Amino acid sequence: MRTFNYRRRKLTDQVMRGLSALATGCAIIPLIAIIGYVLTIGAGAMSWSFFSDVYQPPSSAPEPTADKPAPAYDPNDPFADISVAPIDAAGNVDPTVSVYNAAPRGGVLHGILGTLTIAGIGLLFALPIGIFAGIYLSEFRNERYATIVRFCCDVLSGSPSIVAGVTIYVLVVLQAKQFSAVAGSMALAILMIPIVTRTTEEMLKLVPETMREAARGLGAPVWYSTLTVVLPAALPGIVTGVMLAFARGAGETAPLILTVLGSNVISMDIFKPMAALPLLTYRYTESPYPGENTQAWGAAFVLMMLVLLMNILVRVATRKAGGNSR
Amino acid sequence: MRISIRTADSDVEGHMAQRTTPPEWSTGKSPLRHGDVPFRAGTIMLASAVVLLVFAIAWMLYTSSQEARTAFGWDLLFGSAWNPVQTELNPISFGGWPAVRGTLLSACIALIIAAPLAIGIGIYLAELCPISLRTPLSFLVELLAAVPSVIYGVWGVFVFIPFFNTAFATPVSESIGTFLPWFAGPIATGRGLLVTGVILALMILPTIASLTRDVLRLVPNTQREAMLAIGATRWETIWLAVIPYSRAGIIGAIMLGLGRALGETMAATMLVGNTQRISGSLFAPATTAASLVANELTNSVSSLHESALIAVAFALFGITLFLNFGARLLIWYVERNTRGGRS
Repeated sequence: MRTFNYRRRKLTDQVMRGLSALATGCAIIPLIAIIGYVLTIGAGAMSWSFFSDVYQPPSSAPEPTADKPAPAYDPNDPFADISVAPIDAAGNVDPTVSVYNAAPRGGVLHGILGTLTIAGIGLLFALPIGIFAGIYLSEFRNERYATIVRFCCDVLSGSPSIVAGVTIYVLVVLQAKQFSAVAGSMALAILMIPIVTRTTEEMLKLVPETMREAARGLGAPVWYSTLTVVLPAALPGIVTGVMLAFARGAGETAPLILTVLGSNVISMDIFKPMAALPLLTYRYTESPYPGENTQAWGAAFVLMMLVLLMNILVRVATRKAGGNSR
Repeated sequence: MRISIRTADSDVEGHMAQRTTPPEWSTGKSPLRHGDVPFRAGTIMLASAVVLLVFAIAWMLYTSSQEARTAFGWDLLFGSAWNPVQTELNPISFGGWPAVRGTLLSACIALIIAAPLAIGIGIYLAELCPISLRTPLSFLVELLAAVPSVIYGVWGVFVFIPFFNTAFATPVSESIGTFLPWFAGPIATGRGLLVTGVILALMILPTIASLTRDVLRLVPNTQREAMLAIGATRWETIWLAVIPYSRAGIIGAIMLGLGRALGETMAATMLVGNTQRISGSLFAPATTAASLVANELTNSVSSLHESALIAVAFALFGITLFLNFGARLLIWYVERNTRGGRS
């Protein structure tokens, strides 16, 4: 009986440990599949024009070359901007030439520039608030008000991104009667602020108390020791937090639908609608044209590279900063 | 050189005159303490921006949804007809039940799939995993939490839906679906609640798993050692000593995952099918609250329509606020009550 009991317990132990390893495997596989698919299919969409060109309507017409330029635009031709399959002498349409199996045309330069602009301006909004709120939470951590700030920060980071979009839509877009890139930046700033705040707080808390005491011992006021001793010591960590916030903002789609609307051309007027990579990814995914679907993978690839790059940089930076695992 | 060690008392009494004057800030003579008062005020001001933002969001959602809330009341969440435009058959009405139902169902499906798996991952990462694998696996899990939701959407549309349709939806709807209406066919586009739920599960897995891992690491080693010392197996240690100790934190992690699943917009919009029709089948297209707002707010036809959509967003904000509050409370409770954890 005792042996049986021991065997049963040992079996349970092994089965449950195996199941827990299996759960990890089961979850990691689809997640690796996502990254793998995006990187392999997305890499197939890469070309020079993908990065150098803007939106081109899908067309089955051959790309204009030097010796065969694109035909002149004829305003009287109702099909002028719709490419139709070539018709041979007998009047038969070639079914293999169709806009539905045409190669992708154009690129996402407008999206890349737009995302960098929108997320960059968003970061400008988020940085002062985030960093100083982080300083407050870390350097005056025992005050009761700090608990309230910390909770509000958690609320912001936990609330759905669409709520940030709705807020800016009502407060900015409806008031200005204008979708604009800067409204998108504000919506992204709402999502970036909690990330910057919490990272700054955590990183400042890691700075040893002895450094603060040394600075104060030399007669430095709190603000001077914070800005010239504590903040520089925590700077690498804060920079990584800022990079993660940028990556998070650059990948957000839902708030942008409600605030920047999107664009097909390069537009650098921040008070007008602007293109953004996640918006293009979304629109091209819903597109009926396979060429544009390919570009959706391409845009997803660029976004994924941004996220991977930022995260790996952060990993390397924090490891160098002293093996801190956060 | 003579080294004298004086007590504080003798210092004060005997050598007062030799001491340099104390720094000005400590005497209170400098009203701004050399800039510390404005510095603190400045950080408080910018920190207050965060608080202000939360209140501004809540206030804005509350006032802007006033019109619809007075007109429809709770029907905004539980009424079954969503007709923004007057037609001969349907009067204008804003009943958000299809969206609320879709949100709740897809989040529940996501939670049912993700919670056990994520807890398994958390246990593996915190307790069982070889040290050499721990860092790369943790990094991978954290990386996956950072993948933008639109990428999950692209992958879901082009890869997962076709796979899911042939491998799961079609056979299930043809066998079980013939008598169980939840899994009834037909499967047209493949977009529906079940697919959305599965993708949402993938998205919240990393969130729950990494939080579970963090909470398990807070459990003191004495807890494990005591259990092992009385002859327990590794699993019994985990199940009877580690998990009960951190149960509140794990529930908190699940609540945060649920919050993320409820509010997720893009993946749901791309995968759920976006129709206001309520169908008994989980394979049929539906809609969620977040995707309803994302789809219709910029195209709203009247101020009432806009107000109703903002009311839906308000409900979403309220639910996630509540979940966050509960989850933070639980995690905070675990952190306060555990000392001497692994890290």
